[in-house]
Amino acid sequence: MQREGSPFTGVGAVFLKEYADHLSSVRMRVLELLVVAIGVVIVAFAIVNMRETVTRDEFLFLNLFLYQREGSIVPSLLGVLAILIPLMAIGLGFDSVNSEFNRRTMSRILAQPIYRDALLLGKFLAGLCTLSTGLIALWLLIVGAALITMGVPPSGEEVARSIAFLFVAIAFAGVWLAIAMLFSVMFRSAATSALCALGLWLFMTLVWPIMVEVLAPMLATPDPLAARLGLPSDSQVDWYLGLARVSPASLFGDASMAVLQPDPNMTRIPTIGMLGQLQGMVRGGALPLNQSLLLAWPQITALIAAVIVVFAIAYVAFQRQEVRA
Amino acid sequence: MTGIVIEARGLRKDYGAMAAVAGIDLDIHRGEIFGLLGPNGAGKTTTILMILGLTESSGGTVRVLGEDPIRNPLAVKRRVGYLPDAVGFYDNLTARENLRYTLRLAGMPRTDAERRIEEAMARVRLAEVTDKRVATYSRGMRQRLGIAEIIAKNAEIAILDEPTSGLDPQATFELLDMIRDLKADGVAVLLSSHLLDRVQSICDRVALFNHGAIALQGTVKELGQQVLGAGHAAHVEADGLDIERKLRAVAGVQKLEREGKGWRLISDRDVMADVAQVVVQGGGRLQRLAAAEPSLEAIYARYFEEHQDAA
Ligand SMILES: Nc1ncnc2c1ncn2[C@@H]1O[C@H](COP(=O)(O)OP(=O)(O)OP(=O)(O)O)[C@@H](O)[C@H]1O
Ligand SMILES: [Mg+2]
Repeated sequence: MQREGSPFTGVGAVFLKEYADHLSSVRMRVLELLVVAIGVVIVAFAIVNMRETVTRDEFLFLNLFLYQREGSIVPSLLGVLAILIPLMAIGLGFDSVNSEFNRRTMSRILAQPIYRDALLLGKFLAGLCTLSTGLIALWLLIVGAALITMGVPPSGEEVARSIAFLFVAIAFAGVWLAIAMLFSVMFRSAATSALCALGLWLFMTLVWPIMVEVLAPMLATPDPLAARLGLPSDSQVDWYLGLARVSPASLFGDASMAVLQPDPNMTRIPTIGMLGQLQGMVRGGALPLNQSLLLAWPQITALIAAVIVVFAIAYVAFQRQEVRA
Repeated sequence: MTGIVIEARGLRKDYGAMAAVAGIDLDIHRGEIFGLLGPNGAGKTTTILMILGLTESSGGTVRVLGEDPIRNPLAVKRRVGYLPDAVGFYDNLTARENLRYTLRLAGMPRTDAERRIEEAMARVRLAEVTDKRVATYSRGMRQRLGIAEIIAKNAEIAILDEPTSGLDPQATFELLDMIRDLKADGVAVLLSSHLLDRVQSICDRVALFNHGAIALQGTVKELGQQVLGAGHAAHVEADGLDIERKLRAVAGVQKLEREGKGWRLISDRDVMADVAQVVVQGGGRLQRLAAAEPSLEAIYARYFEEHQDAA
């Protein structure tokens, strides 16, 4: 049906209100405190250890994101962010739509001259901006810490790479924010919605990697030669990569690795290492920034596509909903 | 432009096999207060949501200020104010911030909005608490804040769903006063309610809902004549021997029932003089004799009594 007027009327008003709400909410304070505390601890740990072990490195600053001591259970900052970002996004999004019903404000707001699109989009953008604010603050904190403790400013390329990483992190946050909002549209109870979002997240983090390990060999076409050599077959690798990429966390990990680690052979993530080899890159050579970005590009676009798809599903579900509480 | 602001023809809404609203015709005129009355689940809220374009109808047409609320929702919503039943506001924000947000959504320029908020809050007598958080508001104050929103929005039509539910008599009285003020401003008011006697005092016309259909429509007086079958109603209070039998015997009296300290008398012609004569001649004392509007409560009760089988 043809509609009169722009679907974006009111996005600005919704955005400003929701953003102000987020920034002043206790929930956001707690999340920010968590991010800063964990960030500081991990970075401090990395700095102390790197002083002892690492000699002068071209990419000292980037190493702050990736550093993990051999055999230590303390994860890298990247590993921590892979857990924290979804939690923050879910924390902001799980009650964004159903709370309007529960506060009985929905019908009053929808009786104003805006489309439902505007409400959903405004809420999403406000959540994303809030998350970005937190991530940028963390990024600044790390830059500051690096400057103070190491006394050397990060190089231009390092700054560019870490900004690219910031962008990847925001896209990753967007995926989980959209997922959380989808659940907030589907369930009227905020508790149910939070539980489902967290459940999906746990599934993706804990169960999915195991399932990939199990499923890939089962789904792959058997290759006798590879089997005799004890190597994974080409088809098996394809399945492995394909299945792993269903998980936003693995997309995030791969893309972050690609932009933060200029040397493709140093990455612990198999997909990137393999891609590097497949593309015939010289062993041990650091890639220039544009090559790294090219390597991360499929993952980045996949993250953005996931945001759009999940948001579209949430939008359709919201359009069909009765306004009556 | 004609005087009709809301026009519904054959409007219906089906939920599965059940018809929540089964083909209704409504005309609401500029500057009148129109009441939608009926028992729970009769389809009042559904009708209101279809008029606002918040629910799609299953058949029939609605025109609000000449526009189709489904095809041109923004044009309709810009000019219509809505107070949902059990209205909610953002508790963490002040009343001013709440109104500011809705007016922004309505596309009103900032400076206009600030001025209109002040005016509207003064009109509903909430001026002193404009900057208090809505969490501190009582039920009645929230309801008034809802009216303030409609005033501030400068709506041409106000649609109020159960505006008086959950309010004490004093708060109800004040709210009805504010609704009358809306009317005085030339706003057409459509309201739904259960509180029949209260609504009666402010509605110009009413529609009686029964199972999704409009059973009766018109002024309270017309409905009284239709349902109670009599042109005249009166209230009598008198002492005297055997007074009830004597009143019943007056020519033209169709019905007599106790009401308060006296009787309610329904007749097919003006029997006031005869009643006075009968009481006095019987040696009684006439304490009160007044013509009464038929009570909506009685019409309602009688109607549903008579149509129980149909129900
Ligand atoms: N989403 C829905 N799905 C199925 N049936 C519904 C739905 N919404 C309303 N109904 C039914 O439609 C009928 C009319 O409901 P409506 O809310 O319009 O009544 P109402 O006159 O406003 O009642 P009340 O005085 O209780 O507010 C009811 O029988 C209700 O059960
Ligand atoms: Mg209702």
